[in-house]
Amino acid sequence: MAMLEVKDLEVYYGVIKAIKGISFEVNEGEVIALIGANGAGKTTILHTITGLISAKAGSIQFDGKNITKTPGYKIVGMGMAHVPEGRRVFAELSVYDNLLMGAYTRKDKKEIQDSLEMVYTRFPRLKERKGQMAGTLSGGEQQMLAMGRALMSHPKIILMDEPSMGLSPIYVNEIFDIIKEINASGTTVLLVEQNAKKALSIANRAYVLETGNIVLDGDATELMNDDSVKKAYLGE
Amino acid sequence: MMGFISYLVNGISLGSVYALIALGYTMVYGIAKMLNFAHGDVIMIGSYVVFSTVSTMGLPPAAGILISVAVCTVLGVVIERIAYRPLRQASKLVVLITAIGVSYFLQNVALLIYGANTKSFTSVVTIPPLSLAGGALIISGETIVTILACIVIMIVLTLFIRHSKPGRAMLAVSEDGGAAQLMGVNVDGTIALTFAIGSALAAVAGVLLCSSYPSLTPYTGAMPGIKAFVAAVFGGIGSIPGAFIGGILLGIIEILGKAYISSQLADAIVFAVLIVVLLVKPTGILGRQIQEKV
Ligand SMILES: Nc1ncnc2c1ncn2[C@@H]1O[C@H](COP(=O)(O)OP(=O)(O)OP(=O)(O)O)[C@@H](O)[C@H]1O
Ligand SMILES: [Mg+2]
Repeated sequence: MAMLEVKDLEVYYGVIKAIKGISFEVNEGEVIALIGANGAGKTTILHTITGLISAKAGSIQFDGKNITKTPGYKIVGMGMAHVPEGRRVFAELSVYDNLLMGAYTRKDKKEIQDSLEMVYTRFPRLKERKGQMAGTLSGGEQQMLAMGRALMSHPKIILMDEPSMGLSPIYVNEIFDIIKEINASGTTVLLVEQNAKKALSIANRAYVLETGNIVLDGDATELMNDDSVKKAYLGE
Repeated sequence: MMGFISYLVNGISLGSVYALIALGYTMVYGIAKMLNFAHGDVIMIGSYVVFSTVSTMGLPPAAGILISVAVCTVLGVVIERIAYRPLRQASKLVVLITAIGVSYFLQNVALLIYGANTKSFTSVVTIPPLSLAGGALIISGETIVTILACIVIMIVLTLFIRHSKPGRAMLAVSEDGGAAQLMGVNVDGTIALTFAIGSALAAVAGVLLCSSYPSLTPYTGAMPGIKAFVAAVFGGIGSIPGAFIGGILLGIIEILGKAYISSQLADAIVFAVLIVVLLVKPTGILGRQIQEKV
């Protein structure tokens, strides 16, 4: 059984149908890429999965449980973290307090401390800046903080929404290396990206989204060689 | 000279009450992004509770204050649950009108129970006045207790918000409710907690206010409520130290204005100063730009 299974999902903004009945699944240990142009509905899908908006129809199963109607604040405690579009770190809290917010649902002090050490090892820059207000970090550092904050919940799966957005090429490579590492250490990843080339290069499988519908899916390397994908998303 | 110092101390004392009330406005605004115009009337309800329990039933003042704090805390949470929570997605104007409705509702409930006649409130403060400079400067027990209570509450509240888990959750929700929810914060619960704290402080403010200015009517909360709102805007709405500074300054301006300029014009002076501050710095003294999230 898939770790995350989305079935016939429909999402509306008022009367506008943004997601038009899509289905996909993510298996344990995979990196799944969800690619598509601006406004295709990628963010909407992630927001629906973690309960920031609610679905009109369809179902979302996570870890064997139906979470379609679960209140959003309970999702992270079930093992699903979300690195939202635009990072959304708490600008007026310190780096350290942001990381603690990531562990909000956890109780064991020792385990939280271990996670903190793990995050600091993975992102040494966060450790150097732990007392600094998150709003004063650079864009790339904020992205690292958003990822570190998500890791603080010790998730089984991480949903990431355009982690490379607005970053310089060096940072983009660093961020993708980190996503690979996070996955290698056992965390499943659902990755939304406009940088399709990079996303496909680290994904196992991918889904291509166009105006609320999945139009193509399959093995990431196969999609990379698909003519329509090349033309529309890889700029070749 | 002694006269000036005495006015200043009274101003700080009145300002302390404004600060306590302003905290409720500013915390609720910061977290729920709404102006709870019924906040001033919670003060009035709290004062009536103390009046009934202490003056009528003869309970010790400490018990009366505790009951009043408990009643106001519950009242604040209930108001939020019934009147405001269903409007979370509604426009700001709808929420504002509802808040004004709640305010009238509370005033009329008090009118129904206690009537329109002024009740004379017995001070709950029993410590004697402090005589300084060989009797040239006398500071009343009420003044001392009010200022001390405000300082202690500010310190405890600041520590709670900065260093406790629910406090950090409040800060996170005030910045970005959606992101806070992704961290596992129950946003509705956090908003309820904010109303609870704000209303508890309103109860304390009511007792202190009525101990210094002992006439109680169903409209007692309205004017201090508006002035505390001004204080919150003055200091920068959404900012806790801002509410403190705004409240104290407002109290000082009001008392000095009354003493040296005109007791009729004192309120006008207060509002004039607010207008000047907002012209110079639209976000208030300590305010920051509130970004509307898209
Ligand atoms: N709050 C909203 N209210 C109304 N319509 C919305 C809202 N948010 C998104 N939409 C619409 O829903 C559609 C999908 O938006 P979504 O943000 O999910 O796209 P996306 O694939 O994440 O795009 P991008 O790559 O630009 O982030 C778009 O047409 C968008 O205009
Ligand atoms: Mg998006």
